[in-house]
Amino acid sequence: MALLSLRNVSVSYDKVEAVRDVSLDVEAGQIVSVIGPNGAGKTTMMLATMGLLPLAGEVIFEGSRLNGLEVEERVERGICLVPERRELFADMSVADNLILGSYSLKDRSGVDAALQQVYQRFPRLLERRRQKAGTLSGGERQMLALGRALMAKPKLLILDEPSLGLAPLIVREIFRTIASLRELGVSVLLVEQNARAALETADYGYVLETGEVIQEGSASSLIHDPKLIAAYLGGH
Amino acid sequence: MTSDIAAILAIDGIATGAIYVLVAVGTVLIFTVTRVMFIPFGDIAAFTALTLAALETGHLPGTVGLVLVLAVLASLAECWSLGRSGRGRHIPKALAFYLLLPVLVALFVRLALPLAPSMPVRIVLALLLVMPISPLLDRIVFRPIADASVLLLLIVSMALHFALVGLGLLFFGPEGVRTQPLTDSAFEVLGVHVNGQTLLIVIASIVFSGLLYLFFGFTLTGKALRATAVNRTGARLMGIRPARSGTIAYLVGSLMAGVSGILVAPVNTIFYDSGFLLGLKAFVGAIIGGLASYPGTAIGAVFVGVLESFASFESSALKEVIVFSLLIPILIWRSIVSPHIEEEVEE
Repeated sequence: MALLSLRNVSVSYDKVEAVRDVSLDVEAGQIVSVIGPNGAGKTTMMLATMGLLPLAGEVIFEGSRLNGLEVEERVERGICLVPERRELFADMSVADNLILGSYSLKDRSGVDAALQQVYQRFPRLLERRRQKAGTLSGGERQMLALGRALMAKPKLLILDEPSLGLAPLIVREIFRTIASLRELGVSVLLVEQNARAALETADYGYVLETGEVIQEGSASSLIHDPKLIAAYLGGH
Repeated sequence: MTSDIAAILAIDGIATGAIYVLVAVGTVLIFTVTRVMFIPFGDIAAFTALTLAALETGHLPGTVGLVLVLAVLASLAECWSLGRSGRGRHIPKALAFYLLLPVLVALFVRLALPLAPSMPVRIVLALLLVMPISPLLDRIVFRPIADASVLLLLIVSMALHFALVGLGLLFFGPEGVRTQPLTDSAFEVLGVHVNGQTLLIVIASIVFSGLLYLFFGFTLTGKALRATAVNRTGARLMGIRPARSGTIAYLVGSLMAGVSGILVAPVNTIFYDSGFLLGLKAFVGAIIGGLASYPGTAIGAVFVGVLESFASFESSALKEVIVFSLLIPILIWRSIVSPHIEEEVEE
């Protein structure tokens, strides 16, 4: 049984259907990537999965329906979204942002250890722990957003465009971090425009175009698909 | 004006300002967390004073009736909205919070009353009785329109104030009250006579501001409140419920307003409608702080108090005019120094 399943999910803004009849699975321990052009409905689909937008269809997590649950209840069940806009607490210190990441955990005993692990993973955050989040650079913000999400000890991490607006060197570091999440047992649903980097990191991939899944398959097969290479992956 | 008089006026002004600080800080707290400009805050302070006065004379305060009515209304509203959104399983918990807890507080006061409790106990009882009012009002009035614009929330808040004044008259009656002094002691500070009550006001204001600072800086709940104020979406994604943050903000704010009511009651005669001016002057202080900065708000509130004190010496009839006219240059100054406040400052 998949960790997360979307079954025939459609999302509409007023009368415009942004996502149409999408079904998708994330198996436990997998990194699944959704690629597609700007405006394909990727972000909309993630926001609806998280409960921030209403949807038609079913969202099933660990075998139970999430429909009708509030965002906060989904967080408590172990789903964490790092949105495209990061949504950091700009006026608060880096350390406070991280601590708040663990807010949904009832058991507070492991919080300090988790904080140390995040600092180990991102030493830059340790250096800047007293600085306000709003003063960080773009790459540091993404690290903080990732670190804050990891503080919640999620079972499923949904990452929306984690490489957006970052320098190539930092993009590589972010994707290395995402790949290393497998060892932690965190499943990842990765939404990306940077299709090559996303597929190189992922186990499985879906291609979304104008709100519909037009292709899916193992990441290694997608990355060698001539049609996709022409459309998204560039002529390498 | 001699320097002696100036010193007396200054001390008097600082004490008045210290009272405004408590209300103003609560106003800012609630505004940042819920975006509601909670005008009825001064009424909460006045109701606390009236409650304490009733307890002193051994009468059952009108607050009991008010809290019970609000608790029933809030419970109905909560159950209705839970039932409609298919989350009926939360109803027992909601009833425990919105109905059982306020009823228990009211019952506790009713049972403690014949025992003629001592002054500290009476103060605690008055605060306990007043604290549920704002969270219940929040549930009844503001929760259904939580996503409305700041302006709409302000207008509703204004209407709520007038409704509360009416309820105040109904539950407390038209008589003014003055409670027993908290202390009779007096001191000489640098040759100026300072009575204990004044000192107590200033100390209480400093202590409660300090406690609030510790709460925000060092507790997870306090940080979650700040997080809600800074970025609601970000907070929700971490599992922080804005509605719960709002309730906590209202409880903490009510405590501050309640304490200010208790401090002011032995000095001024309080009527059911005395809260409005208190709330409005605290509001001026909060505006000086830009409705965002706590230290700025505290300085603003003390400034208003001192100005009021000197204004009432120069021209007692015009003191309110002077204080509120102050709002105009302050608003002009604020609109010049701070560009417009953006909703999201991310990216």
